[in-house]
Amino acid sequence: MAEIAIAVVVNGESREAMVEPRLTLADFLRDECRSTGTHLGCEHGVCGACTVLVDGAAVRSCLMFAAQAHRAVVTTIEGIRGPDGELTAVQRAFRDAHGLQCGFCTPGFIVSMTAFLRDNSKPSDQQIREALSGNLCRCTGYQGIICAVRHAANAAVAT
Amino acid sequence: MKPGARFVGQRVARHEDARFLTGRGQFVDDIDVPGALHVAFARSHTARGRIVSIDTKAAAEVPGVVAVYVASDLGHLVQDHRVDDEPPQRERPFRLLADGDVRYVGEPVAMIVAGSRYHAEDAVDAIEMEIDAEDPLLEPTRARDADVPRVHPEEASNVYVDVPYAPNPALDEVLASAPVVLTETFRQHRYATVPMETRGILASWDRVREELTVWISTQGPHGVRGQMARVLGIEDSQVHVIMPDVGGAFGLKMHPRPEELAVVLAAKLLGRPVKWIQDRRENLMADEHARHDHATVTMAADEDGTLLGAKVEFLEVAGSFPSPGGSAAVFTTILFPGPYRIPAFGASALSVHTNTVGRGAYRGPWMVETVAREQMIDCLAARLEIDPLELRRRNVIRDEELPYVMPTGMVYDQMTAAATLEQAAEKIGYEQLREQQRAWRADGRLVGIGVSMFAEPTAMAFGFMSTDAATVRVSPNGKVDVAHTGASHGQGVETTIAQVVADELGVDFDQVRVIQGDTDKTPFGPGTGGSRSAVILGGAARLAAREVRDRMFSIVAHQLEAAEHDLELVNGRVQVAGTPNKGMTITEIAHQAYSQPASLPEGVPPGLEAQVRYTPDSFCTWSNACHICVCEVDPATGAVEILRYVVSEDCGVMINPNVVEGQIAGGVVQGIGGVLYEHLPYDDAGNPLATTFVDYLLPTATEVPEIEYGHIETPAPTNPGGHKGLGEGGAIGAPPAVINAIADALAPLGVQVRDQPLGPADIVALIEEAGA
Repeated sequence: MAEIAIAVVVNGESREAMVEPRLTLADFLRDECRSTGTHLGCEHGVCGACTVLVDGAAVRSCLMFAAQAHRAVVTTIEGIRGPDGELTAVQRAFRDAHGLQCGFCTPGFIVSMTAFLRDNSKPSDQQIREALSGNLCRCTGYQGIICAVRHAANAAVAT
Repeated sequence: MKPGARFVGQRVARHEDARFLTGRGQFVDDIDVPGALHVAFARSHTARGRIVSIDTKAAAEVPGVVAVYVASDLGHLVQDHRVDDEPPQRERPFRLLADGDVRYVGEPVAMIVAGSRYHAEDAVDAIEMEIDAEDPLLEPTRARDADVPRVHPEEASNVYVDVPYAPNPALDEVLASAPVVLTETFRQHRYATVPMETRGILASWDRVREELTVWISTQGPHGVRGQMARVLGIEDSQVHVIMPDVGGAFGLKMHPRPEELAVVLAAKLLGRPVKWIQDRRENLMADEHARHDHATVTMAADEDGTLLGAKVEFLEVAGSFPSPGGSAAVFTTILFPGPYRIPAFGASALSVHTNTVGRGAYRGPWMVETVAREQMIDCLAARLEIDPLELRRRNVIRDEELPYVMPTGMVYDQMTAAATLEQAAEKIGYEQLREQQRAWRADGRLVGIGVSMFAEPTAMAFGFMSTDAATVRVSPNGKVDVAHTGASHGQGVETTIAQVVADELGVDFDQVRVIQGDTDKTPFGPGTGGSRSAVILGGAARLAAREVRDRMFSIVAHQLEAAEHDLELVNGRVQVAGTPNKGMTITEIAHQAYSQPASLPEGVPPGLEAQVRYTPDSFCTWSNACHICVCEVDPATGAVEILRYVVSEDCGVMINPNVVEGQIAGGVVQGIGGVLYEHLPYDDAGNPLATTFVDYLLPTATEVPEIEYGHIETPAPTNPGGHKGLGEGGAIGAPPAVINAIADALAPLGVQVRDQPLGPADIVALIEEAGA
């Protein structure tokens, strides 16, 4: 299969690669970039575990080809950290509210909520639930996750 | 002398969270071994039929393909497929790959090993399979009919497990003479565990050392080690199993599937690392399913609602190849009486094969007994015109009756059903709620209230599951390592076991590192399953830490010439009570223990390390709970909205209430999902109709209620920490609470709810059927 040349910035690092047209962005990130925090829970765009930021937008990397990310800036869970290298407010809120159990879906939730709270710093409860509804979790019953997003939103407003 | 509980009972943040929040967790698919090959399986598209031919030539020529295997290549290499403790006399239907015929859609027929999963899947498409389709058996109630095919032609019948009804004249007499006798049948549909991380395995055979290394998403690495050794016909000591981070399991990953055994065989044959990561379609179509059972209940009562007797016939759908432990038929017949006084009782259970995916163990595998009993109690309440909560109140086992011997022979040493009932009723404001419901009904709103209660037999200690072990080691610098038999995959054991050990040793919680999941690093044991970790593993860790603590006290008493009973443990320092400047830090004690063995008191062994293998004082440790659900049904769309959800539970002494509530919430939402959204139907030809998350609907954050918790903490008498398991309870109690709430909501329309699922279309159909 003819390969395509791509140039992409992943977590601040410029990369050039030859990729098969059918290679998904998720597999590129996991296998080529070794950003294995991007998890695959369904590979058909429902569970949200593979969510990454592409030019700032939360995107399901299983539904996008690596070739489509040419000249894009991609941020995975590994690239999400506070200015001091510590946990971000969203990550801290998930820890404090017991918003994770097995941790498999967690990177997708953190990435999605990072984008959501960046764009909507004072969400209503209904907006929080709707924003979360694109990510599936099988362990928590979403109780701690909903609390965590509320706390993260409040923390962001307070600072 | 006892250290105060500084960490047990606290909502401490979890040790495991930092790596998951930053994408540094390591799941099996994240492990990269150079040169690893990747596997895909060609699967049957036919539910039942004779394999006429499988042509693998084109597949073998696909670029990147290294090997293509069918049953005749691999099947005979399996030396022994049994899991630990599986008795040789009870043959569980098993095969590695379909051989001669196919028995369910999704059954693996051929295995392709290639340089990448992309290439392996290309080759799957290139396999030519000719199957002469035959009519499948799909209807479990027909499994024993003469004119239906046998799912396994080599078996005598389609019956997998048969628990016959034991003649019971006393029960017959009750059923013949009781003032009120009702018979109803309740049906539960097929749904599934669906962990967010699917199954996965990476196996590597070292030809020089003759050793197998396996990384696998599992609930117990030692069980995998034994099984893989038996499969290959090698010694356990030649197998090293590593359980990396595991993304949920809920019972599914208790035992490997045939695909995983095939991966190990291929790795040995090829002498190269081989990896298989199940995809979601395979998970939904071909991994073990759950639930799908019927129960016909006859219940007898007095006019005042006093329960007099019950007789139950269970029918369980085992599917084609049930997992080891996949049948809960025996348990259902034992557990049905639940937390109630039911003086006369008898039950039978039949588990039958069908041409569908095999049944697996899912969080509370026996829970149909609770679903049927709790629905039946509501039917009885309606018939007697007694409030359903009041009817339960009149029949729950009370403190003064303990220990209570169930008619099935099990014994409740403890049972706080009455306390949880009252707590849940108070929390939800039951009386006012019933008032409010009358007003809502008058306004035409369909709001219902559902109650359910159950007793959960946790930490069942039998066979391979009898013990857990922990090694507690204080290093010379005073830091503590705990290596244990558990296999936490979301339950927070890295944190809770650290809490327990930190309290026993009087050290900081952050000084305790918890190690699990590696057969080279941890004691032999069963892993995680059956809500056992707090009780059995917690007991082992606590007693091992206690042994180390006792040794520390002996050493200090000897060094300071003090009496042991005058010593106390304060912040990692053993000191003389009342004279805090006279004492030794844990580092000083460790130095003495390891480096000055001659200075130790007589009888105290050198070092600060102890291992304890622990089995509880009782076959199981009972926890119990009461759930109350309030929901509203939209009669036009059939949509159900849950307005309130209260759980009052008694899991004994809580180690970490966050973890306790997390377990309850996860289970409750799985139960809600099961009743309202999740369903794995088959069509008439035996094709599964829900093989993606577009068809198999999991609850999301927009559907779940805010769960309210009440805790009753009655220390369990069975173990030193006083803990009770509760991992499965949420998924046991939620379905009947939701069903009963929906039934109550629809009662004014004359609708009778007996069966699940209760999706919008089902509810609209029920309303139409009732002519409302």
